[in-house]
Amino acid sequence: MDPEPLFEKGAEIMSFFEILTIIIPSTLLTAAPLIFTSLGGMFSERSGVVNIGLEGLMAVGAFTAAVSTLGLEHAGLGNASPWIAILIAGAIGGLFSLIHAVVSISFRADQTVSGVALNFLAAGLTIFLVKLIFDGKGQTPYITHNIDKVDIPGLAKLPFLGPIFFQQVAYTSYIAIFIAILCWFIVYKTPFGLRLRSVGEHPAAADTLGISVIKMRYIGVLLSGVLGGIGGAVYLVTITSNYNVTTIAGQGFLALAALVFGKWHPIGAMGASLFFGFAQALSITSQQIPYLDRLPSVFMLIAPYVLTLIVLTGFVGRAEAPKADGVPYIKGQR
Amino acid sequence: MSNLLKKVNWMTLLIPVISVILGLLCGAVIMLAIGYNPVLAYQSIVESIFLQPYYGGETIRAMIPLVLAGLAVAFSFRTGLFNIGVEGQLMVGWLASVACAICLGHLPKIILLPLSIIAGGAAGALWGFVPGFLKARFKVHEVISTIMMNYVALYTTAYIIKNFLYTEGERTPTIPSAASLASPFLANLTQGSRLHWGIIVAIIAVFAMWFLLWKTTKGYELRSVGFSPDASNYAGMNVARNVMLSLTISGIFAGLAGAMEGLGTYQYMTINSAFTGIGFNGIAVALLGLNTPIGVLLAGALFAGLQNGGLTMQANAGVPVELVNIIIALIIFFVGSSYAIKWILSRFSRKGQK
Repeated sequence: MDPEPLFEKGAEIMSFFEILTIIIPSTLLTAAPLIFTSLGGMFSERSGVVNIGLEGLMAVGAFTAAVSTLGLEHAGLGNASPWIAILIAGAIGGLFSLIHAVVSISFRADQTVSGVALNFLAAGLTIFLVKLIFDGKGQTPYITHNIDKVDIPGLAKLPFLGPIFFQQVAYTSYIAIFIAILCWFIVYKTPFGLRLRSVGEHPAAADTLGISVIKMRYIGVLLSGVLGGIGGAVYLVTITSNYNVTTIAGQGFLALAALVFGKWHPIGAMGASLFFGFAQALSITSQQIPYLDRLPSVFMLIAPYVLTLIVLTGFVGRAEAPKADGVPYIKGQR
Repeated sequence: MSNLLKKVNWMTLLIPVISVILGLLCGAVIMLAIGYNPVLAYQSIVESIFLQPYYGGETIRAMIPLVLAGLAVAFSFRTGLFNIGVEGQLMVGWLASVACAICLGHLPKIILLPLSIIAGGAAGALWGFVPGFLKARFKVHEVISTIMMNYVALYTTAYIIKNFLYTEGERTPTIPSAASLASPFLANLTQGSRLHWGIIVAIIAVFAMWFLLWKTTKGYELRSVGFSPDASNYAGMNVARNVMLSLTISGIFAGLAGAMEGLGTYQYMTINSAFTGIGFNGIAVALLGLNTPIGVLLAGALFAGLQNGGLTMQANAGVPVELVNIIIALIIFFVGSSYAIKWILSRFSRKGQK
């Protein structure tokens, strides 16, 4: 018998480099939808509106992407169809989020309650529509033109870095990272961002300075809808390729966790999304990796949630929500 | 109970009724717009529940976990806490009750059945205690922490079943009959529905919540903390301890809801890849029931009726059963928007006075 207990006989011994070429592209793929959606949540919560409805927004986005990709494919748009579908999903997500905006901002409903209802509505409505459109079937057909994993021209040829970061990746991952940086610039370096943050921290003070709290909050929620819709769409066109009742099962709440883990900061949310993507990638590939294959995969699955709880307890630096997050603004009330 | 009703003003009582009517009306409009017959659809719901014993039995069966989940949410609401973690607490309660029943299967029914129910409640309590502790000790918002606990429960229960209690069909073995709540008598009565004795547990729980919150000193403290944590603190109440207690008790209700599914409806637990939805429905039930025990019972009956009657709606009027979820979502939106409804009502009543 081979005395070496770590590797089974005949099993391929993977080098660290090979492990990276499996895990990093997989991380980038799973992280992209989370990045978009958690950035959406960031806009909403920074303006002072809690958005538990991210899950529902993703569901609407994924559903829209499935239906419009199928339609565009049928119209002969070929490879462009999933990309156009992502944009349509963003628009529909934005429209859908207006329900949350009206109910929680104008009607002053409890924002968490409204968010929960939004999730219900999205889950019911999307499957209801799927059944209407596809003759009573509970799921859409598979799209044929999804956004494939490709080698990025030029960069993929780089020694060492190429195979890890630029081979077999989807463009959406890099677009997501770019959008995260753009969001950071918007929120921290522009007058709009300052106004957005001010209505989330101290709406009364912002109001006295002539900033319309209601308007800023509507914009915040609307952006969460657009980005949440895009997040759901990206999930569909890069990962699942069809929409059914289990397509969006917890991705939205995971994005919410990423937002909190990232301390309501755009770059933080991106980093947390990448980390959660990494945990998911690891739970899928851990069976191929020495040492990790002995650890039950359940640890990798629950890691994002447990880590978020630990972060919230303040062991890793305090995570403070925007001060007025979750509080409806009523003019003249102190 | 009667003086409890006196305290609620009529405006508040009107809101859930109006919300339900508006929700059903919106559902009818959606059906009309698509070309279904809303009268036929609603008629088939009502007829199936009240005239067909099977659907009647299934409705009461579905009420059991819904009411318990609703009580769990309502109880925490009364202390000013939002327990979105009912779903996870329900799952661990379900698994604990089934595991207890299987592992101690040799015990006589008189011991095993209560023990299994208690195991479910205890597991739920533990799952509720963690967010309570995190809130009391570290000020972690319970909405976020309970959502996180839901996912931990989902993956952990699936892992435990897969590795320790697995049998064919992606589920645990069936529990011994000594731990079962199922009843051939009730099943015969309702032409083979899965109605079980858990209904008694649910009714006891309704009374327990009312008694605990409105008839004991501790309940007074819990509600006081819900109204104003600062004032309660000033009055010498331990807010942190009440927060932990509230979420723990809420967890017990949720765990019992899971135990009812495990010991009554299914007699086993499947490996869940997604949530059961009962916990989230519990939020709707609690909101519509104005967080009162009787209200939760009525709202639970309504939603259970809609969901089970909805199945016949699909068969008779061709309307996909998902419409029921849309209606429930709309009802929550309307209840949540009580500010807008009150505003409109006050406009109407002012016009009437002129």
